[in-house]
Amino acid sequence: MAEFINFYFIPGLILGSIYALGAIGITMTFVILRFANFAHGESMTLGVYFAWTLVQLTGLHPLVVMPIAMVLTVLYALSIDRIFYKPLRNAPVVMLVVASFGLMLMTRSVVQFFWGVQLKSVLPGIQKPIMVLDYLRISPKHMMIIISALVLMFAVHYLLTYTKIGKAMRAMSDSPELARLTGIDTEKVVLATWVVGAALACAAGVFLAIDTHVETRMGFKLLLPMFAAAILGGVGRPYGALVGGLIIGLAEEISSYPFIGTEPLLNPGYKAGVAFAIMIGILIWRPSGLFKGKVF
Amino acid sequence: MDAFYGYMLYGISLATMGGIYAVLTLGLNVQWGFTGLFNAGIAGFFGIGAYTTAILTTAPTHRHLGGYEMPYVVGFLAAMLLCGIIAYLVGKVCLRLRSDYLAIATIGIAEIFRLILKNETWATNGPRGVSEIPKPFEHWPEPWNQFAFLALVLVIVAIVYVLVEVARKSPWGRVMTAIRENEPSAKAAGKNVEVFRMEGFVIGCMIMALAGALMAHYLKFVDPNATDPLLATFLVWVMLIVGGSANNKGAILGAFLMWVVWSATEIVTSRLPDELAIRAAYIRIFLIGLMLQIFLQKFPQGILPEKRPTVPKSNRNSETV
Amino acid sequence: MSVIELQSVYGGYGDTEILHGVSLKVEPGEIVVVIGPNGAGKSTAMKSVFGLLHLTKGEVLLDGAPITNTPPEQVVRKGVCYVPQTENIFQSLTVEENLEMGAYVREDDFKPRLDEIYELFPPLAEKRKQSAGTLSGGQRQMVAMGKALMLEPKILLLDEPTAGLSPKFRGEIFSIVKTINGLGTPILMVEQNAKQALTIADQGYVLVDGQNKFAGSGRDLLEDPEVAEMFLGGGKAAGGENDG
Repeated sequence: MAEFINFYFIPGLILGSIYALGAIGITMTFVILRFANFAHGESMTLGVYFAWTLVQLTGLHPLVVMPIAMVLTVLYALSIDRIFYKPLRNAPVVMLVVASFGLMLMTRSVVQFFWGVQLKSVLPGIQKPIMVLDYLRISPKHMMIIISALVLMFAVHYLLTYTKIGKAMRAMSDSPELARLTGIDTEKVVLATWVVGAALACAAGVFLAIDTHVETRMGFKLLLPMFAAAILGGVGRPYGALVGGLIIGLAEEISSYPFIGTEPLLNPGYKAGVAFAIMIGILIWRPSGLFKGKVF
Repeated sequence: MDAFYGYMLYGISLATMGGIYAVLTLGLNVQWGFTGLFNAGIAGFFGIGAYTTAILTTAPTHRHLGGYEMPYVVGFLAAMLLCGIIAYLVGKVCLRLRSDYLAIATIGIAEIFRLILKNETWATNGPRGVSEIPKPFEHWPEPWNQFAFLALVLVIVAIVYVLVEVARKSPWGRVMTAIRENEPSAKAAGKNVEVFRMEGFVIGCMIMALAGALMAHYLKFVDPNATDPLLATFLVWVMLIVGGSANNKGAILGAFLMWVVWSATEIVTSRLPDELAIRAAYIRIFLIGLMLQIFLQKFPQGILPEKRPTVPKSNRNSETV
Repeated sequence: MSVIELQSVYGGYGDTEILHGVSLKVEPGEIVVVIGPNGAGKSTAMKSVFGLLHLTKGEVLLDGAPITNTPPEQVVRKGVCYVPQTENIFQSLTVEENLEMGAYVREDDFKPRLDEIYELFPPLAEKRKQSAGTLSGGQRQMVAMGKALMLEPKILLLDEPTAGLSPKFRGEIFSIVKTINGLGTPILMVEQNAKQALTIADQGYVLVDGQNKFAGSGRDLLEDPEVAEMFLGGGKAAGGENDG
């Protein structure tokens, strides 16, 4: 049991939180900007590399420099929107998806060009796990991630539930047309969506980097699970994305637990396929997702 | 004289690869230009085609599944058939939803496929790939073997082109255009939109599989990361958008053009000192990406715009009111 | 001076023209009803007030000033509120949040207005913290209207407010419409339930195939034999393009 919790459940929770934070941005962009943003993963990658550079420059802990990295990532996202997405606002959706696909590669190339492709570390050194209740072993970095993720999720919740712009974001997620008719400032909501999405993406990336390492393909690797999480939770439902992310993260990690006998239930080489399988499953069974989001 | 020979061989290889990409782009055009579907997993279907023919045509070896030593034709047809079946299954789930969902699902398929290639080493030899794939005309003397293969590719391009052009002008093609332009009224006219979309998707994937098979035989080698799969998918999209979506000639033009641009930039950057040369690849990708964005914003029709009688376009905004 | 006036407007979506010279007026304090067969362009005419389609000819006037082809977000700010037929509430927001969003454009304290809306629609006061998507059809319609009224608009546009509602609720909606009008808001309403709608109308317009066919007071139209034949016995008129 301890083994299950320590080596499967907790990592699943961490991974799930990372997916969740990234998926919130994806689900809102999907419905407010009306397209699947393939470049979202690269916001994470870029954000991580910003954080890494800041860590190199200041010697501070990655979580300390993270807010600055988040600001930089937001600036990136807003510029990208202005230059590449805004001109296509009224174009057919597919053009935006193609554009985002192109931006995914462009951003990744920029990162690869400036920082190179070697693995980097944002929190070097091995850490001794803390013992909790003589039973659970949690490493300090996992604790940090879980706590920070919770703080961010709470902040998002607060934004969405108690602020005017947050409610406007939820309103526009429900129905962009009605939001426009109601007089909601749609451009403002669009900008807010980019800001929130990019900030969360940066954070998710930094958490992943803390947990593992820094590499240029991080964003792309997370893309499919994040999309799966958004769809699982119901497109346009930020809380759905949260739950969806957690489910997928847990499923991915737990899938390699030896439930039967000594062999992992699923060959760990196929972990990355778990998200996809869940997504296909939900698309077949209930395309609107768990929280009944939009189906297009 | 040697230099000339070198240039000629290079030219042949450019044309051959360009031709293979032309087949790929024609396949994508069926899906995107005709049917309006966004396939982001081109590399996956391409790879399935490549591996299928590789497994079927290679000699027996303990490193991977195979040894059937089938003739090329069988390899090609099997590649197309398998891809068609997989496309059908993927389509069944995703085609009734919006284009974004298909994009995500197809990227997923490509990724799954790559995982299978890497993990099922008994069948695919994992990351080391399948090699010594037989190549048509390989026993002919140089440079005739190269010419012959090029001719084969060009013939296939021509055949595919003719077939898709015929399809485009046929009643089937006109229904596809109607669906793409104004789905609600096509539905109202009694057309089974799902079936047509499925046909477009499956046929497109089968053409891509054919391209994959051609590539496998050309290079005599396939592996899970032959080219960065994402890059290959991306390049084909750029080819189509730049060349002219919904226009088959444009697809071919875009393929050759972008391939030449891509290769030419490689020559330029390979002359840089090593340190920069590696990084230069990223600049190339960035610039190609930028080119795509410019075309999307300024020339969305591509170099060769679609030629057809003007049909009243349903305004995107009108769907929302 | 009319609150809203359409002067011989032509327009449609893309290359399809749906309105071929439609005119109508809403005078202060009136309930104006637009009826007609499917595909007549009733909803389209209403949408043209709100800038939701492109008008190629003709003018739309608000209090005498032209607002032709003004985008919706600006029309709202001028005091015209529109309740579409479908998708007219924010499903995942609570009732109260819906009303708050209705007041988005307001800079002042809208709490008094909120209380007024709750008085007007008592069931909403009870369910204010409930998610709007979970309400019944009739209650949702109340949310939609209440939301639009948060801005204390100069005129309220209603697109088939009783669509999909049971006969009992239809009556309730019409009575609510009368109450709102009684409190001072002119109303322009498109309706499929011609007979009931005309009974509360001060003025009515009948549109067929994108053009004016009849006009008159509610009572006059009800008693007009031709109108009666079209709707109240004759059934659907022939064909017609999709009503926008």
